[in-house]
Amino acid sequence: MAAVAQVLNLVKHYQMESVTVPALRGVTLTFDRGDFIALMGPSGSGKSTLLNILGCLDRPTSGQYILAGHDVSRLSDDELSEIRGRYLGFIFQSYNLIPQYTVVENIEVPLLYQGRLNAETRRRCIALARMVGLGERLDHRPTQLSGGQQQRVAIARALVNDPEIILADEPTGNLDSKTSEEIMQLLCALNDAGRTIIMVTHENDIAAWARRVVRLRDGLVESDHRIDLAA
Amino acid sequence: MLERQTLLDLLTYAFYAGLLAASILVLAAPFLLGVKGRRCVTAAVRSLWLHKMRSFLSVLGIIIGTLAVIVLMAFGEGSMHEALEEIKKQGATNIVITSVKPPEEASTARRSFVARYGLTYDDLRYYQEALGDQVVSILPLRLMPAEVRPVLAGNRMINGRIVGTRPYYAVAFGLENALAEGRFLTEADEAPIPANVAVIGSEIAQTLFPGESPLGKSIKFSGKDRAFVIVGVLKSRHPSTSGAIIEQFNSDVYIPLEASRALLGETQFIRTTGARSAEQVQLHQIIITVREMSQVRPTAEMIREQLSRYHLKSDWDIKIPLDRLEQAERTRTRARILLAAIAGISLLVGGIGIMNIMLASVTERTREIGIRRALGAKRGDITLQFLTEAIVQTTVGGIVGVVLGLLIVLVAPLVAERFFATHLPAKIHVPSIFLAFFFAVAVGVLFGWYPARRASYLDPIEALRHE
Repeated sequence: MAAVAQVLNLVKHYQMESVTVPALRGVTLTFDRGDFIALMGPSGSGKSTLLNILGCLDRPTSGQYILAGHDVSRLSDDELSEIRGRYLGFIFQSYNLIPQYTVVENIEVPLLYQGRLNAETRRRCIALARMVGLGERLDHRPTQLSGGQQQRVAIARALVNDPEIILADEPTGNLDSKTSEEIMQLLCALNDAGRTIIMVTHENDIAAWARRVVRLRDGLVESDHRIDLAA
Repeated sequence: MLERQTLLDLLTYAFYAGLLAASILVLAAPFLLGVKGRRCVTAAVRSLWLHKMRSFLSVLGIIIGTLAVIVLMAFGEGSMHEALEEIKKQGATNIVITSVKPPEEASTARRSFVARYGLTYDDLRYYQEALGDQVVSILPLRLMPAEVRPVLAGNRMINGRIVGTRPYYAVAFGLENALAEGRFLTEADEAPIPANVAVIGSEIAQTLFPGESPLGKSIKFSGKDRAFVIVGVLKSRHPSTSGAIIEQFNSDVYIPLEASRALLGETQFIRTTGARSAEQVQLHQIIITVREMSQVRPTAEMIREQLSRYHLKSDWDIKIPLDRLEQAERTRTRARILLAAIAGISLLVGGIGIMNIMLASVTERTREIGIRRALGAKRGDITLQFLTEAIVQTTVGGIVGVVLGLLIVLVAPLVAERFFATHLPAKIHVPSIFLAFFFAVAVGVLFGWYPARRASYLDPIEALRHE
């Protein structure tokens, strides 16, 4: 499988007043196209830092991050925004929909910032909403939806720009187990359809949905193994 | 001077046009930026609509500010306009020479003498010869307080003023269309024999001939036998507040100059407390009307020279309404600046209100900013979004303020007239509408900039974590 993203010897330090705190101490990983990776690790292991860097929300102190053929580790703020909008899809623990927007408008947001809104993209957004099972609620606002429904909208939003990677930060953290399973089934279906997903979780049974589990500890990769799907 | 004025006017209009263009450009900018900008506007309107009360309160300052600009300017402009019209009515091309009692004549030691002073028929003749073909008219006036009574119904009486003058008076004072009835004095009234006819002011007409037409009726003056037939009645005129003396034109009786000489002679006896003094004044006023405003000053200078050469006593005074016109214009400019400053300050305060709310809104919506940033919004997009919100607020405030202000300007004078019986002059000052609108928009840009900038510089990660 071809690599869609690669991090090489990634180091990230945080400057806390006079103390320098290392969050990542040299992480090298390759992510294949169409893979479903679960990033695990105790708090403070650096998994959130890694996800932020993978999400182009943060820049590494040193090391390289190559995403879809671009070295994005040294880009400017505006260039990173562009990369996020074009290559990445985000799913958050707390859904993070924009409260004053309707379902369709929320799905449209990534396209809005690429200046690609038109009647055709609107149809596409409606199709995505139908796909995640919200075809009847196109004009509802986030507050009128359940947590599971909101996360579905977020998933549709993460798909709208046809991203290289979908980054999911504890996507089921706020959901009950039944809804969690529905959401994970949806993510798996996307993965089966060829989407690359990197998911941060601390729950083993959620990580079990993935094809590959990377464990971090103290800013380093502790283990990295494939889950045998046959098992 | 006139050219400089038009140039200045042109510049002023260009300035206002520029302001208008700038505000339109600012308002059109989101739409020129395409779909992203349009979404900004709809999103701004929607998030403001979401917090109606808060938006209203923060916009209130702008509404009051623009309203203040419109209303203050309109009332300032109204009263100034009226004052200027008043001066113009007295004729900006006029030179008014008045007889003044010299200080030494007023001293008690000379009380028993007949005080002779003032402008003479010789002066008048001199002007007619020296200036006759250069000026529009030379108008002599004799003024004399008198008790006026009707010949019939002699128990009615009013303290009025006899004005002996010539037909041109009506032109010099802009009274051609100010006749309620009849006609003004004509040349036929002067020659060959001065006719005993009179044109009366509105107050005299009302007091002496209530409920009937005074035309054709006769009046007499205290101590004189000669009766004058009324040929015209003037409409009510605003009293002139020029100089120290307030002239109540409405109790004037205008008669031909020659008839006034025949009636009164040249000597007037004046009763003061205890003593009786007499004055001899040939002419109380000469009003010279020149053709162009630019001729006023040189002509006045010439007259001044002539007067100081031939009059041994300083028993004359020259007044130029143009002076007061220019002074009033200067006052108007100053008043405008002052009013604009006051209104500007209230707009500024409104702007601070907007800024305050915007800062609170940025804090409150930190998470939303984080989401937008994560989904590909650049710093500029965030700035644009919050700036648009501020500008939408101030623009709406500006429009509401202008509309309310215009309403007040239209309604307040009617209310004042109807319920308080006061005259409240208001004149809509068109440039102030553009000015107020521009400043409302500008306040949005100015005070929205900092909060918007702050929003755009939030760290996306921190913003996403914000509760």
